[in-house]
Amino acid sequence: MPMFTKRASKIVLGVLIAVAVIAQLLPFYISLTTAFKSRTDLSSRLVPPHTLYLGNFAEAINDGGIFRAILNSLIVTGGGTLLVLVLGALAAYPLTRLRTRTNRIVLALILVMMMVPPLSILVPLYSMLVDIGGINTYWGITLTLVAEHLPLAIFMYSAFLGSVPYSLEEAAALDGAGLFRRLYNIVFPLLKPVTASVAILAGVPIWNEFALSVYILNDQSVRTIAPTVSTFFSQSTSNLGAASAASLLAFVPILLVYLFLQRYFMEGAAAGAIK
Amino acid sequence: MRSVPLRANLLYVPALIIFAIFIAYPLIRGFGISFTSWDGFSPQKHFIGVDNYLRLFTDSTFGHVVLNTFIYGVGSTVLQQVFGLGLALILRKPTRRSGILRAIIYLPALVSPVIMGTMYYLLFQYNDGALNDLVGLFGADKVAWLNNATVAIIIIVLVNSLQFMGISMVIYLAGLHSIPAMYYEASTLDGAAGWKQFLHITAPLLWPAFTASVVLNLINGLKLFDVITVLTAGGPGYSTNSVSTLISITYFDSQNAGYAASMGVVLFAIIVVFALIVNSSFSRLNPEAD
Repeated sequence: MPMFTKRASKIVLGVLIAVAVIAQLLPFYISLTTAFKSRTDLSSRLVPPHTLYLGNFAEAINDGGIFRAILNSLIVTGGGTLLVLVLGALAAYPLTRLRTRTNRIVLALILVMMMVPPLSILVPLYSMLVDIGGINTYWGITLTLVAEHLPLAIFMYSAFLGSVPYSLEEAAALDGAGLFRRLYNIVFPLLKPVTASVAILAGVPIWNEFALSVYILNDQSVRTIAPTVSTFFSQSTSNLGAASAASLLAFVPILLVYLFLQRYFMEGAAAGAIK
Repeated sequence: MRSVPLRANLLYVPALIIFAIFIAYPLIRGFGISFTSWDGFSPQKHFIGVDNYLRLFTDSTFGHVVLNTFIYGVGSTVLQQVFGLGLALILRKPTRRSGILRAIIYLPALVSPVIMGTMYYLLFQYNDGALNDLVGLFGADKVAWLNNATVAIIIIVLVNSLQFMGISMVIYLAGLHSIPAMYYEASTLDGAAGWKQFLHITAPLLWPAFTASVVLNLINGLKLFDVITVLTAGGPGYSTNSVSTLISITYFDSQNAGYAASMGVVLFAIIVVFALIVNSSFSRLNPEAD
Protein backbone atom coordinates (compact mmCIF):
# COMPACT_ATOMS: atom_id res chain seq x y z
CA MET A 1 0.00 0.00 0.00
CA PRO A 2 2.60 2.70 0.92
CA MET A 3 4.63 1.66 -2.16
CA PHE A 4 1.58 2.18 -4.32
CA THR A 5 0.70 5.62 -2.94
CA LYS A 6 4.31 6.72 -3.28
CA ARG A 7 4.37 5.77 -6.94
CA ALA A 8 0.97 7.29 -7.57
CA SER A 9 1.95 10.57 -5.97
CA LYS A 10 5.14 10.62 -8.03
CA ILE A 11 3.09 10.27 -11.21
CA VAL A 12 0.68 13.00 -10.12
CA LEU A 13 3.56 15.37 -9.34
CA GLY A 14 5.18 14.59 -12.67
CA VAL A 15 1.95 15.39 -14.51
CA LEU A 16 1.55 18.67 -12.59
CA ILE A 17 5.07 19.76 -13.51
CA ALA A 18 4.51 18.78 -17.14
CA VAL A 19 1.34 20.89 -17.25
CA ALA A 20 3.20 23.85 -15.71
CA VAL A 21 6.08 23.56 -18.18
CA ILE A 22 3.72 23.29 -21.18
CA ALA A 23 1.72 26.29 -19.94
CA GLN A 24 4.89 28.36 -19.64
CA LEU A 25 6.26 27.41 -23.06
CA LEU A 26 2.98 27.50 -24.99
CA PRO A 27 2.90 31.30 -25.52
CA PHE A 28 6.44 31.22 -26.91
CA TYR A 29 5.60 28.30 -29.19
CA ILE A 30 2.47 29.98 -30.60
CA SER A 31 4.35 33.22 -31.25
CA LEU A 32 7.07 31.28 -33.05
CA THR A 33 4.59 29.52 -35.34
CA THR A 34 2.70 32.80 -35.93
CA ALA A 35 5.89 34.75 -36.63
CA PHE A 36 7.13 32.23 -39.20
CA LYS A 37 3.86 31.96 -41.16
CA SER A 38 2.67 34.31 -43.86
CA ARG A 39 -0.68 36.04 -43.49
CA THR A 40 -2.15 33.85 -46.22
CA ASP A 41 -1.26 30.69 -44.28
CA LEU A 42 -4.56 29.79 -42.63
CA SER A 43 -3.35 26.73 -40.72
CA SER A 44 -3.79 26.66 -36.95
CA ARG A 45 -1.16 28.40 -34.83
CA LEU A 46 -0.74 25.09 -33.02
CA VAL A 47 0.67 23.57 -36.21
CA PRO A 48 4.31 24.36 -36.98
CA PRO A 49 4.92 26.16 -40.31
CA HIS A 50 6.05 23.95 -43.21
CA THR A 51 8.25 26.65 -44.67
CA LEU A 52 10.00 29.33 -42.68
CA TYR A 53 8.44 32.60 -43.86
CA LEU A 54 10.61 35.59 -42.91
CA GLY A 55 8.36 38.42 -44.13
CA ASN A 56 7.07 39.18 -40.62
CA PHE A 57 10.58 39.67 -39.34
CA ALA A 58 11.41 41.92 -42.28
CA GLU A 59 8.32 43.96 -41.48
CA ALA A 60 9.17 44.20 -37.78
CA ILE A 61 12.67 45.39 -38.67
CA ASN A 62 11.94 47.71 -41.62
CA ASP A 63 8.52 49.21 -40.90
CA GLY A 64 8.43 48.74 -37.13
CA GLY A 65 12.03 49.73 -36.46
CA ILE A 66 12.45 47.01 -33.87
CA PHE A 67 16.27 47.31 -33.93
CA ARG A 68 15.98 51.02 -33.27
CA ALA A 69 13.61 50.14 -30.40
CA ILE A 70 16.10 47.64 -28.98
CA LEU A 71 18.84 50.30 -29.15
CA ASN A 72 16.54 52.78 -27.39
CA SER A 73 15.78 50.22 -24.71
CA LEU A 74 19.50 49.57 -24.25
CA ILE A 75 20.12 53.30 -23.75
CA VAL A 76 17.24 53.79 -21.29
CA THR A 77 17.91 50.53 -19.42
CA GLY A 78 21.69 51.02 -19.31
CA GLY A 79 21.49 54.62 -18.14
CA GLY A 80 18.60 53.98 -15.77
CA THR A 81 20.13 50.91 -14.13
CA LEU A 82 23.49 52.62 -13.70
CA LEU A 83 21.83 55.60 -12.03
CA VAL A 84 19.78 53.33 -9.75
CA LEU A 85 22.94 51.50 -8.67
CA VAL A 86 25.07 54.59 -8.07
CA LEU A 87 22.40 56.77 -6.44
CA GLY A 88 21.10 53.78 -4.46
CA ALA A 89 24.51 52.84 -3.06
CA LEU A 90 25.35 56.47 -2.24
CA ALA A 91 22.03 57.05 -0.49
CA ALA A 92 22.16 53.78 1.46
CA TYR A 93 25.46 54.67 3.11
CA PRO A 94 24.38 57.61 5.31
CA LEU A 95 20.95 56.07 5.85
CA THR A 96 22.58 52.96 7.32
CA ARG A 97 25.61 54.42 9.07
CA LEU A 98 24.01 57.57 10.50
CA ARG A 99 20.84 56.41 12.24
CA THR A 100 19.65 59.85 13.25
CA ARG A 101 16.01 60.77 13.73
CA THR A 102 16.01 62.76 10.50
CA ASN A 103 17.40 59.82 8.56
CA ARG A 104 14.76 57.51 9.97
CA ILE A 105 12.13 59.92 8.69
CA VAL A 106 13.88 60.03 5.30
CA LEU A 107 13.77 56.21 5.12
CA ALA A 108 10.06 56.22 5.97
CA LEU A 109 9.42 58.78 3.21
CA ILE A 110 11.32 56.62 0.71
CA LEU A 111 9.05 53.73 1.71
CA VAL A 112 6.06 55.93 0.85
CA MET A 113 7.66 56.71 -2.55
CA MET A 114 7.87 52.97 -3.18
CA MET A 115 4.12 52.56 -2.67
CA VAL A 116 3.06 55.14 -5.26
CA PRO A 117 1.64 53.26 -8.27
CA PRO A 118 3.03 54.85 -11.47
CA LEU A 119 -0.43 55.17 -13.03
CA SER A 120 -1.79 56.99 -9.98
CA ILE A 121 0.40 59.98 -10.89
CA LEU A 122 -0.05 59.67 -14.66
CA VAL A 123 -1.89 62.99 -15.13
CA PRO A 124 0.44 65.23 -13.08
CA LEU A 125 3.60 63.39 -14.21
CA TYR A 126 2.76 63.55 -17.90
CA SER A 127 1.67 67.19 -17.76
CA MET A 128 4.81 68.09 -15.79
CA LEU A 129 6.99 66.35 -18.38
CA VAL A 130 5.19 68.32 -21.09
CA ASP A 131 5.98 71.53 -19.18
CA ILE A 132 9.70 70.77 -18.73
CA GLY A 133 10.20 69.30 -22.21
CA GLY A 134 10.69 65.70 -21.08
CA ILE A 135 8.30 64.06 -23.56
CA ASN A 136 10.06 62.05 -26.27
CA THR A 137 13.42 62.36 -24.55
CA TYR A 138 15.67 59.67 -23.12
CA TRP A 139 16.18 61.63 -19.90
CA GLY A 140 12.44 62.09 -19.33
CA ILE A 141 11.62 58.39 -19.31
CA THR A 142 14.94 57.37 -17.69
CA LEU A 143 14.64 59.67 -14.67
CA THR A 144 10.97 58.75 -14.25
CA LEU A 145 11.84 55.05 -14.13
CA VAL A 146 14.88 55.67 -11.91
CA ALA A 147 12.56 57.33 -9.39
CA GLU A 148 10.29 54.26 -9.53
CA HIS A 149 13.06 51.71 -8.91
CA LEU A 150 15.43 53.64 -6.66
CA PRO A 151 13.55 52.97 -3.37
CA LEU A 152 13.99 49.18 -3.61
CA ALA A 153 17.68 49.64 -4.46
CA ILE A 154 18.17 51.87 -1.40
CA PHE A 155 16.43 49.33 0.86
CA MET A 156 18.41 46.39 -0.50
CA TYR A 157 21.73 48.21 -0.18
CA SER A 158 20.79 49.44 3.32
CA ALA A 159 19.82 45.95 4.47
CA PHE A 160 23.06 44.55 3.08
CA LEU A 161 25.26 47.31 4.44
CA GLY A 162 23.62 46.91 7.84
CA SER A 163 24.97 43.36 7.98
CA VAL A 164 28.52 44.48 7.15
CA PRO A 165 30.50 45.26 10.34
CA TYR A 166 31.58 48.86 10.68
CA SER A 167 35.00 47.76 11.99
CA LEU A 168 36.26 47.24 8.42
CA GLU A 169 35.77 50.92 7.71
CA GLU A 170 36.93 52.01 11.12
CA ALA A 171 40.43 50.69 10.47
CA ALA A 172 40.65 52.74 7.29
CA ALA A 173 39.22 55.76 9.08
CA LEU A 174 41.92 55.47 11.75
CA ASP A 175 44.48 55.41 8.97
CA GLY A 176 43.19 58.82 7.98
CA ALA A 177 41.25 57.81 4.87
CA GLY A 178 38.61 60.41 4.02
CA LEU A 179 34.94 59.64 3.43
CA PHE A 180 35.23 59.26 -0.32
CA ARG A 181 38.34 57.10 -0.11
CA ARG A 182 36.52 54.82 2.32
CA LEU A 183 33.44 54.64 0.12
CA TYR A 184 35.44 53.93 -2.99
CA ASN A 185 38.01 51.52 -1.55
CA ILE A 186 35.99 49.70 1.11
CA VAL A 187 32.23 50.24 1.07
CA PHE A 188 31.48 49.95 -2.65
CA PRO A 189 33.56 46.77 -3.13
CA LEU A 190 31.67 45.27 -0.16
CA LEU A 191 28.37 45.93 -1.94
CA LYS A 192 29.35 43.88 -4.98
CA PRO A 193 27.45 40.68 -4.08
CA VAL A 194 24.09 42.47 -3.74
CA THR A 195 24.70 44.72 -6.75
CA ALA A 196 23.92 41.95 -9.25
CA SER A 197 20.52 41.46 -7.59
CA VAL A 198 19.78 45.18 -7.50
CA ALA A 199 20.79 45.57 -11.16
CA ILE A 200 18.46 42.75 -12.25
CA LEU A 201 15.55 43.93 -10.09
CA ALA A 202 15.79 47.42 -11.62
CA GLY A 203 17.03 46.53 -15.11
CA VAL A 204 14.43 43.92 -16.09
CA PRO A 205 11.37 46.06 -15.30
CA ILE A 206 12.98 49.12 -16.95
CA TRP A 207 13.68 47.05 -20.09
CA ASN A 208 10.08 45.82 -20.09
CA GLU A 209 8.35 49.05 -19.05
CA PHE A 210 5.17 49.92 -20.95
CA ALA A 211 2.57 51.81 -18.89
CA LEU A 212 4.47 55.12 -18.80
CA SER A 213 6.76 54.84 -21.84
CA VAL A 214 3.82 54.28 -24.17
CA TYR A 215 2.80 57.89 -23.41
CA ILE A 216 6.15 59.52 -22.66
CA LEU A 217 7.80 58.05 -25.79
CA ASN A 218 5.33 58.35 -28.65
CA ASP A 219 7.90 59.27 -31.29
CA GLN A 220 9.34 56.27 -33.11
CA SER A 221 12.92 57.58 -32.95
CA VAL A 222 13.03 57.28 -29.14
CA ARG A 223 10.42 54.57 -28.55
CA THR A 224 11.54 51.52 -26.53
CA ILE A 225 10.53 47.90 -27.20
CA ALA A 226 7.31 47.45 -25.22
CA PRO A 227 5.49 50.45 -26.74
CA THR A 228 6.90 49.53 -30.16
CA VAL A 229 5.50 46.00 -29.99
CA SER A 230 2.14 47.44 -29.02
CA THR A 231 2.07 49.55 -32.21
CA PHE A 232 1.74 46.35 -34.26
CA PHE A 233 -1.11 45.41 -32.17
CA SER A 234 -4.45 47.03 -31.79
CA GLN A 235 -7.77 45.25 -31.65
CA SER A 236 -8.91 46.78 -34.98
CA THR A 237 -5.86 46.74 -37.23
CA SER A 238 -3.64 44.00 -35.95
CA ASN A 239 -0.65 42.62 -37.76
CA LEU A 240 -0.15 39.68 -35.46
CA GLY A 241 2.60 38.06 -37.54
CA ALA A 242 4.76 41.16 -37.29
CA ALA A 243 3.74 41.64 -33.64
CA SER A 244 4.97 38.10 -32.89
CA ALA A 245 8.20 38.62 -34.82
CA ALA A 246 8.82 41.91 -33.01
CA SER A 247 8.03 40.30 -29.63
CA LEU A 248 10.50 37.50 -30.24
CA LEU A 249 13.26 39.83 -31.48
CA ALA A 250 12.71 42.10 -28.46
CA PHE A 251 12.98 39.11 -26.11
CA VAL A 252 16.30 37.85 -27.54
CA PRO A 253 18.61 40.29 -25.67
CA ILE A 254 17.10 39.54 -22.27
CA LEU A 255 17.06 35.81 -23.03
CA LEU A 256 20.80 35.90 -23.80
CA VAL A 257 21.52 37.67 -20.52
CA TYR A 258 19.29 35.14 -18.70
CA LEU A 259 21.10 32.15 -20.20
CA PHE A 260 24.44 33.42 -18.93
CA LEU A 261 23.41 34.90 -15.60
CA GLN A 262 20.46 32.65 -14.69
CA ARG A 263 21.63 32.10 -11.12
CA TYR A 264 21.69 35.85 -10.43
CA PHE A 265 18.14 36.27 -11.75
CA MET A 266 16.75 33.68 -9.35
CA GLU A 267 18.80 34.90 -6.38
CA GLY A 268 17.88 38.48 -7.21
CA ALA A 269 14.16 37.80 -7.22
CA ALA A 270 14.31 36.12 -3.82
CA ALA A 271 16.68 38.69 -2.33
CA GLY A 272 14.51 41.60 -3.42
CA ALA A 273 11.42 40.17 -1.81
CA ILE A 274 12.76 38.81 1.45
CA LYS A 275 15.68 41.25 1.86
CA MET B 1 31.43 57.55 18.78
CA ARG B 2 31.59 56.83 15.08
CA SER B 3 33.77 58.61 12.61
CA VAL B 4 31.09 58.94 9.93
CA PRO B 5 30.82 62.69 9.43
CA LEU B 6 27.38 64.25 9.34
CA ARG B 7 28.08 65.66 5.89
CA ALA B 8 27.79 62.05 4.62
CA ASN B 9 24.07 62.86 4.59
CA LEU B 10 24.77 64.81 1.40
CA LEU B 11 25.07 61.43 -0.33
CA TYR B 12 21.32 60.88 -0.30
CA VAL B 13 20.52 64.33 -1.63
CA PRO B 14 20.65 63.32 -5.35
CA ALA B 15 18.20 60.48 -4.68
CA LEU B 16 15.87 62.80 -2.76
CA ILE B 17 15.93 65.36 -5.59
CA ILE B 18 14.82 62.68 -8.07
CA PHE B 19 12.03 61.52 -5.70
CA ALA B 20 10.95 65.10 -5.17
CA ILE B 21 10.67 65.92 -8.89
CA PHE B 22 9.34 62.64 -10.27
CA ILE B 23 7.15 61.28 -7.46
CA ALA B 24 6.47 63.70 -4.60
CA TYR B 25 5.74 66.78 -6.71
CA PRO B 26 3.44 64.86 -9.14
CA LEU B 27 1.66 63.34 -6.14
CA ILE B 28 0.90 66.80 -4.71
CA ARG B 29 0.17 68.34 -8.11
CA GLY B 30 -2.17 65.43 -8.89
CA PHE B 31 -4.03 66.09 -5.66
CA GLY B 32 -4.44 69.68 -6.78
CA ILE B 33 -5.61 68.74 -10.29
CA SER B 34 -8.17 66.36 -8.79
CA PHE B 35 -10.13 69.40 -7.55
CA THR B 36 -10.41 70.88 -11.05
CA SER B 37 -12.27 70.13 -14.26
CA TRP B 38 -9.02 70.37 -16.28
CA ASP B 39 -9.11 68.78 -19.75
CA GLY B 40 -5.37 68.03 -19.80
CA PHE B 41 -4.07 70.67 -22.19
CA SER B 42 -5.74 74.10 -21.86
CA PRO B 43 -3.76 76.64 -19.83
CA GLN B 44 -6.45 77.29 -17.23
CA LYS B 45 -7.87 74.88 -14.69
CA HIS B 46 -11.28 75.47 -13.15
CA PHE B 47 -11.59 74.72 -9.46
CA ILE B 48 -14.67 72.59 -8.82
CA GLY B 49 -14.04 71.49 -5.23
CA VAL B 50 -14.79 67.88 -4.39
CA ASP B 51 -17.09 67.35 -7.39
CA ASN B 52 -14.77 64.76 -8.97
CA TYR B 53 -14.76 62.71 -5.77
CA LEU B 54 -18.53 62.92 -5.41
CA ARG B 55 -18.81 61.77 -9.01
CA LEU B 56 -16.51 58.80 -8.29
CA PHE B 57 -18.87 57.64 -5.55
CA THR B 58 -21.91 57.68 -7.82
CA ASP B 59 -20.12 56.48 -10.99
CA SER B 60 -21.17 52.84 -11.34
CA THR B 61 -18.42 52.25 -13.93
CA PHE B 62 -15.80 53.33 -11.41
CA GLY B 63 -17.29 51.13 -8.69
CA HIS B 64 -17.16 48.18 -11.08
CA VAL B 65 -13.56 48.98 -12.02
CA VAL B 66 -12.51 49.17 -8.35
CA LEU B 67 -14.05 45.73 -7.87
CA ASN B 68 -12.10 44.45 -10.91
CA THR B 69 -8.91 45.89 -9.40
CA PHE B 70 -9.53 43.94 -6.17
CA ILE B 71 -10.19 40.78 -8.19
CA TYR B 72 -6.95 41.25 -10.14
CA GLY B 73 -5.03 41.87 -6.92
CA VAL B 74 -6.51 39.19 -4.69
CA GLY B 75 -7.07 36.61 -7.45
CA SER B 76 -3.48 36.83 -8.71
CA THR B 77 -2.15 36.69 -5.16
CA VAL B 78 -4.09 33.52 -4.29
CA LEU B 79 -3.16 31.75 -7.54
CA GLN B 80 0.49 32.72 -7.31
CA GLN B 81 0.79 31.38 -3.75
CA VAL B 82 -0.80 28.07 -4.77
CA PHE B 83 1.28 27.72 -7.96
CA GLY B 84 4.48 29.15 -6.49
CA LEU B 85 4.46 27.12 -3.28
CA GLY B 86 3.39 23.94 -5.08
CA LEU B 87 6.15 24.23 -7.66
CA ALA B 88 8.73 25.09 -5.02
CA LEU B 89 7.81 22.00 -2.98
CA ILE B 90 7.98 19.73 -6.03
CA LEU B 91 11.21 21.22 -7.37
CA ARG B 92 13.00 21.83 -4.09
CA LYS B 93 15.67 19.15 -4.57
CA PRO B 94 18.76 20.76 -6.10
CA THR B 95 19.10 18.28 -8.96
CA ARG B 96 20.07 19.21 -12.51
CA ARG B 97 16.66 18.25 -13.82
CA SER B 98 14.74 20.41 -11.35
CA GLY B 99 17.18 23.24 -12.09
CA ILE B 100 16.21 23.17 -15.77
CA LEU B 101 12.50 22.95 -14.94
CA ARG B 102 12.78 25.90 -12.57
CA ALA B 103 14.53 27.95 -15.27
CA ILE B 104 11.70 27.23 -17.74
CA ILE B 105 8.96 28.06 -15.23
CA TYR B 106 10.72 31.32 -14.34
CA LEU B 107 11.29 32.32 -17.99
CA PRO B 108 7.98 34.19 -18.66
CA ALA B 109 8.68 36.51 -15.71
CA LEU B 110 11.42 38.10 -17.83
CA VAL B 111 9.13 38.97 -20.72
CA SER B 112 7.50 42.37 -20.89
CA PRO B 113 3.86 41.90 -19.80
CA VAL B 114 2.83 43.63 -23.05
CA ILE B 115 4.66 40.97 -25.05
CA MET B 116 3.28 38.19 -22.83
CA GLY B 117 -0.20 39.63 -23.39
CA THR B 118 0.38 39.68 -27.15
CA MET B 119 1.47 36.04 -27.03
CA TYR B 120 -1.61 35.03 -25.06
CA TYR B 121 -3.80 37.03 -27.43
CA LEU B 122 -2.69 34.58 -30.13
CA LEU B 123 -4.14 31.87 -27.92
CA PHE B 124 -7.44 33.46 -26.90
CA GLN B 125 -8.30 35.42 -30.06
CA TYR B 126 -11.78 34.67 -31.44
CA ASN B 127 -11.11 34.07 -35.14
CA ASP B 128 -7.66 32.54 -35.41
CA GLY B 129 -6.92 31.84 -31.75
CA ALA B 130 -5.19 28.55 -30.99
CA LEU B 131 -7.65 27.67 -28.24
CA ASN B 132 -10.63 27.98 -30.59
CA ASP B 133 -8.80 25.69 -33.05
CA LEU B 134 -8.78 23.09 -30.27
CA VAL B 135 -12.43 23.77 -29.51
CA GLY B 136 -13.15 23.29 -33.22
CA LEU B 137 -11.44 19.89 -33.21
CA PHE B 138 -14.13 18.72 -30.82
CA GLY B 139 -16.77 20.04 -33.18
CA ALA B 140 -17.91 22.80 -30.84
CA ASP B 141 -18.58 26.42 -31.79
CA LYS B 142 -15.90 29.05 -31.32
CA VAL B 143 -15.93 30.75 -27.93
CA ALA B 144 -15.59 34.55 -27.61
CA TRP B 145 -13.13 34.21 -24.72
CA LEU B 146 -12.21 37.88 -24.45
CA ASN B 147 -15.64 39.28 -25.26
CA ASN B 148 -17.26 37.92 -22.15
CA ALA B 149 -16.33 40.13 -19.20
CA THR B 150 -16.31 37.36 -16.57
CA VAL B 151 -14.25 34.99 -18.70
CA ALA B 152 -11.90 37.78 -19.76
CA ILE B 153 -11.28 38.78 -16.14
CA ILE B 154 -10.46 35.17 -15.24
CA ILE B 155 -8.11 34.97 -18.24
CA ILE B 156 -6.34 38.20 -17.24
CA VAL B 157 -5.85 36.93 -13.68
CA LEU B 158 -4.59 33.60 -15.01
CA VAL B 159 -2.16 35.16 -17.52
CA ASN B 160 -0.73 37.49 -14.87
CA SER B 161 -0.42 34.62 -12.36
CA LEU B 162 1.23 32.22 -14.80
CA GLN B 163 3.67 34.86 -15.98
CA PHE B 164 4.88 35.70 -12.49
CA MET B 165 4.40 32.42 -10.58
CA GLY B 166 8.12 31.77 -11.20
CA ILE B 167 8.99 34.67 -8.93
CA SER B 168 6.79 33.31 -6.13
CA MET B 169 8.36 29.89 -6.69
CA VAL B 170 11.86 31.35 -6.33
CA ILE B 171 10.87 33.21 -3.14
CA TYR B 172 9.47 29.98 -1.63
CA LEU B 173 12.54 28.02 -2.76
CA ALA B 174 14.76 30.50 -0.92
CA GLY B 175 12.53 30.03 2.13
CA LEU B 176 12.63 26.22 1.88
CA HIS B 177 16.40 26.18 1.50
CA SER B 178 16.82 28.25 4.64
CA ILE B 179 15.17 25.52 6.74
CA PRO B 180 17.91 23.41 8.36
CA ALA B 181 17.77 19.75 7.23
CA MET B 182 18.19 18.58 10.82
CA TYR B 183 14.67 19.78 11.67
CA TYR B 184 13.32 17.21 9.25
CA GLU B 185 15.73 14.51 10.40
CA ALA B 186 14.76 15.04 14.02
CA SER B 187 11.04 14.93 13.28
CA THR B 188 11.44 11.80 11.10
CA LEU B 189 13.06 10.08 14.09
CA ASP B 190 10.02 11.12 16.09
CA GLY B 191 7.84 9.36 13.54
CA ALA B 192 6.42 12.44 11.81
CA ALA B 193 6.13 12.47 8.05
CA GLY B 194 4.36 14.02 5.10
CA TRP B 195 1.58 16.42 6.03
CA LYS B 196 2.59 16.48 9.65
CA GLN B 197 6.09 17.64 8.80
CA PHE B 198 4.70 20.22 6.40
CA LEU B 199 2.29 21.65 8.97
CA HIS B 200 4.67 21.73 11.90
CA ILE B 201 8.04 22.51 10.32
CA THR B 202 7.75 23.74 6.75
CA ALA B 203 4.72 25.99 7.00
CA PRO B 204 5.74 28.04 10.06
CA LEU B 205 9.31 28.48 8.81
CA LEU B 206 8.05 29.60 5.39
CA TRP B 207 6.21 32.50 6.98
CA PRO B 208 8.73 35.21 5.90
CA ALA B 209 8.66 33.90 2.32
CA PHE B 210 4.86 33.80 2.38
CA THR B 211 4.47 37.37 3.61
CA ALA B 212 7.08 38.66 1.14
CA SER B 213 5.44 36.92 -1.78
CA VAL B 214 1.90 37.99 -0.82
CA VAL B 215 2.82 41.66 -0.45
CA LEU B 216 4.67 41.67 -3.79
CA ASN B 217 1.91 39.87 -5.72
CA LEU B 218 -0.89 41.88 -4.15
CA ILE B 219 0.65 45.26 -4.95
CA ASN B 220 1.55 44.21 -8.50
CA GLY B 221 -1.92 42.76 -9.04
CA LEU B 222 -3.62 45.95 -7.82
CA LYS B 223 -1.44 47.94 -10.24
CA LEU B 224 -2.21 45.68 -13.21
CA PHE B 225 -2.15 47.57 -16.51
CA ASP B 226 -0.14 46.06 -19.39
CA VAL B 227 -1.89 42.69 -19.78
CA ILE B 228 -5.34 44.28 -19.69
CA THR B 229 -4.35 46.83 -22.32
CA VAL B 230 -3.31 44.17 -24.84
CA LEU B 231 -5.81 41.44 -24.09
CA THR B 232 -9.05 43.45 -23.84
CA ALA B 233 -8.15 47.18 -23.86
CA GLY B 234 -10.53 47.32 -20.90
CA GLY B 235 -13.47 46.03 -22.91
CA PRO B 236 -16.04 44.87 -23.72
CA GLY B 237 -17.28 48.34 -22.75
CA TYR B 238 -15.48 49.26 -19.54
CA SER B 239 -16.00 45.83 -18.01
CA THR B 240 -12.41 44.58 -17.64
CA ASN B 241 -10.66 47.85 -16.76
CA SER B 242 -8.54 48.21 -13.66
CA VAL B 243 -8.27 51.60 -12.00
CA SER B 244 -4.89 52.02 -13.75
CA THR B 245 -6.24 51.43 -17.27
CA LEU B 246 -9.32 53.55 -16.58
CA ILE B 247 -7.07 56.44 -15.50
CA SER B 248 -5.24 56.40 -18.83
CA ILE B 249 -8.49 56.12 -20.82
CA THR B 250 -10.09 58.98 -18.86
CA TYR B 251 -7.02 61.15 -19.29
CA PHE B 252 -5.97 60.53 -22.89
CA ASP B 253 -9.17 59.36 -24.60
CA SER B 254 -11.90 61.25 -22.72
CA GLN B 255 -9.59 64.23 -21.98
CA ASN B 256 -10.90 64.47 -18.49
CA ALA B 257 -7.63 65.05 -16.64
CA GLY B 258 -9.22 66.33 -13.44
CA TYR B 259 -11.41 63.27 -13.08
CA ALA B 260 -8.49 60.96 -13.95
CA ALA B 261 -6.35 62.67 -11.31
CA SER B 262 -9.00 61.98 -8.66
CA MET B 263 -8.95 58.31 -9.67
CA GLY B 264 -5.18 58.40 -9.22
CA VAL B 265 -5.58 59.68 -5.68
CA VAL B 266 -8.04 56.85 -4.96
CA LEU B 267 -5.66 54.25 -6.48
CA PHE B 268 -2.81 55.47 -4.27
CA ALA B 269 -5.13 55.33 -1.25
CA ILE B 270 -6.18 51.76 -2.14
CA ILE B 271 -2.54 50.60 -2.28
CA VAL B 272 -1.68 52.30 1.02
CA VAL B 273 -4.73 50.83 2.78
CA PHE B 274 -4.01 47.33 1.45
CA ALA B 275 -0.36 47.59 2.49
CA LEU B 276 -1.35 48.67 6.00
CA ILE B 277 -3.98 45.93 6.37
CA VAL B 278 -1.64 43.21 5.11
CA ASN B 279 1.21 44.45 7.29
CA SER B 280 -0.78 44.62 10.49
CA SER B 281 -2.59 41.32 9.97
CA PHE B 282 0.70 39.58 9.14
CA SER B 283 2.43 40.81 12.25
CA ARG B 284 -0.56 39.63 14.33
CA LEU B 285 -0.66 36.20 12.68
CA ASN B 286 3.09 35.59 12.75
CA PRO B 287 3.58 32.07 14.18
CA GLU B 288 7.02 33.04 15.48
CA ALA B 289 5.58 35.69 17.80
CA ASP B 290 3.71 34.40 20.83
